[in-house]
Amino acid sequence: MTLITRRNALVAGAAGSGLALSGCSKVVFGDKLTASSDFQRVLAHAEGWTLASQRFLLAGGALAREYRLSDISPKFKPNGTLYPSGEDYEDAVNENFVTWRLVVDGMVNRPLSLSIADIHALPSRTQITRHDCVEGWSAIGQWTGVPVGLLLKAAGPLPQAKYAVFHCADNLEGEPAKGGMQAPGQYYESLALADAFHPQTIIAHSMNGRPLDVAHGAPLRLRVERQLGYKHAKYVQRVQLIDRLSGLYGGKGGYWEDRGYEWYAGI
Amino acid sequence: MSTAIDTAPDLVRDAPRRRREVIYRHTFLVRLTHWLNALAIVIMIGSGLNIFNAHPHLYWGQKGSELDRPFLSIDDVNGAKGPRGVTTIGPVKLDTTGVLGVSTDHGQVLQKAWPSWLTIPSNQDLADARHWHFFFAWILAINGLVYLLWSLVSRHLQRDLWPTVGDLKSIPRSVLDHIRLKHPTGEAAKRYNVLQRLAYLGLITLVVLMVLTGLTMSPGFDAFAPWLLDLFGGRQSARSIHFLCASGIVAFIVVHLAEVVLAGPVNEVKSMITGRYAVRSDHD
Repeated sequence: MTLITRRNALVAGAAGSGLALSGCSKVVFGDKLTASSDFQRVLAHAEGWTLASQRFLLAGGALAREYRLSDISPKFKPNGTLYPSGEDYEDAVNENFVTWRLVVDGMVNRPLSLSIADIHALPSRTQITRHDCVEGWSAIGQWTGVPVGLLLKAAGPLPQAKYAVFHCADNLEGEPAKGGMQAPGQYYESLALADAFHPQTIIAHSMNGRPLDVAHGAPLRLRVERQLGYKHAKYVQRVQLIDRLSGLYGGKGGYWEDRGYEWYAGI
Repeated sequence: MSTAIDTAPDLVRDAPRRRREVIYRHTFLVRLTHWLNALAIVIMIGSGLNIFNAHPHLYWGQKGSELDRPFLSIDDVNGAKGPRGVTTIGPVKLDTTGVLGVSTDHGQVLQKAWPSWLTIPSNQDLADARHWHFFFAWILAINGLVYLLWSLVSRHLQRDLWPTVGDLKSIPRSVLDHIRLKHPTGEAAKRYNVLQRLAYLGLITLVVLMVLTGLTMSPGFDAFAPWLLDLFGGRQSARSIHFLCASGIVAFIVVHLAEVVLAGPVNEVKSMITGRYAVRSDHD
């Protein structure tokens, strides 16, 4: 009997501390673990599992859903930089982007430098797709632009190239909705070549049948439809092919990646 | 006295008017998956509420942002006497200052939807909350899959959880018994009653829906399984259903913990750790 009683007391104690753990001390434990870099390394494994499983499921190059004209959002929420700062961009807006160049360089055989007119002359793709922000909202828009794969083929990637980096004209100061530590910095993004060559990955020059407006990334923005909104770099000036991400900015392959977000944004 | 094989020999005989019999109720796999599930769900709810705080609005359909019409919003507005928390559900506006929209943490007034004490981490950080959420999502899904497959193969689901016709006929009586806080004894206590069966099946359904609506929010998974978008009526509908099912799970947890306390917390918790459950005889 005494043995049972003692065991009961132990069990009751365990149950009681379990309940307390799910209450107020949950916060303390959660915050301590969040601050631990060892624990963050454990959590970071999930990104690898997600990437591997989605690579497997999407090996056939499945397309993101394309919607009807009637599905287009009446007002497409602009996010991130709404108007890039600096005189260079202001001048570019005033002269209607006639001197804007899109450079494709890095690990390529034939670097390219294209004007907006050059890009309009290239074969284009038009798609009505859903934009999913990491914050949780979605908007549907129609995008027209040149497939990134077509530009890369023209430039001829070197065998060692692994990533396409998209360099942008905007300096972003962070976003309150996302919380956390957000130092200002130059916006950039990167994709694995598999995603850069996907048919729906385009450098868009038009939205809903009109040239892009400034809030949505004029004159050129990236669309990478099977990933979250922060991958869709706006104000793109340069596509650089490289073999590793560690040498650029924070080394994680993108503005938000350098601030803690997943590099693979398929979820 | 039972002679069943799973009946443990340690009958308590020293109190004749309070005889009890110890049965082996929960197999090792049920106990293991129960606690892993409990841990994962607590973390999924806490980190999920932190993620919700990045965009505290819900919509129906494929799309939705502040420029469209949400059916649920948790906002902070600046009133004459400082910030107020306002929760809007359809046409109804509620002042929820102190809990939703505006709350305090260590004396500091914070303008966010869910208060710090409910979220993981406690400060608003979408990146960290996503790391927690997607790590434990794998644990929840794999653990749930192991449990479901095992339950089907071992017939635990069919035998112990699926209600019989007799069970369904006993719903009114079972409801009355629960209202009167009358707990079954003897043979009746050795099997799950009908409300227990329905509650556990309901929880399993909710967790399956959580996983499916979670996957529907993934733009990558959508390309693989666009039928999920049709099943749930769009990505924003899936997000709303995700939130509503999570609310259902919270309701389950509240009732589940209350029942554990009412039915005898020591015996109940011990049975989910050791597997052995004491049943009181009919002649109390």
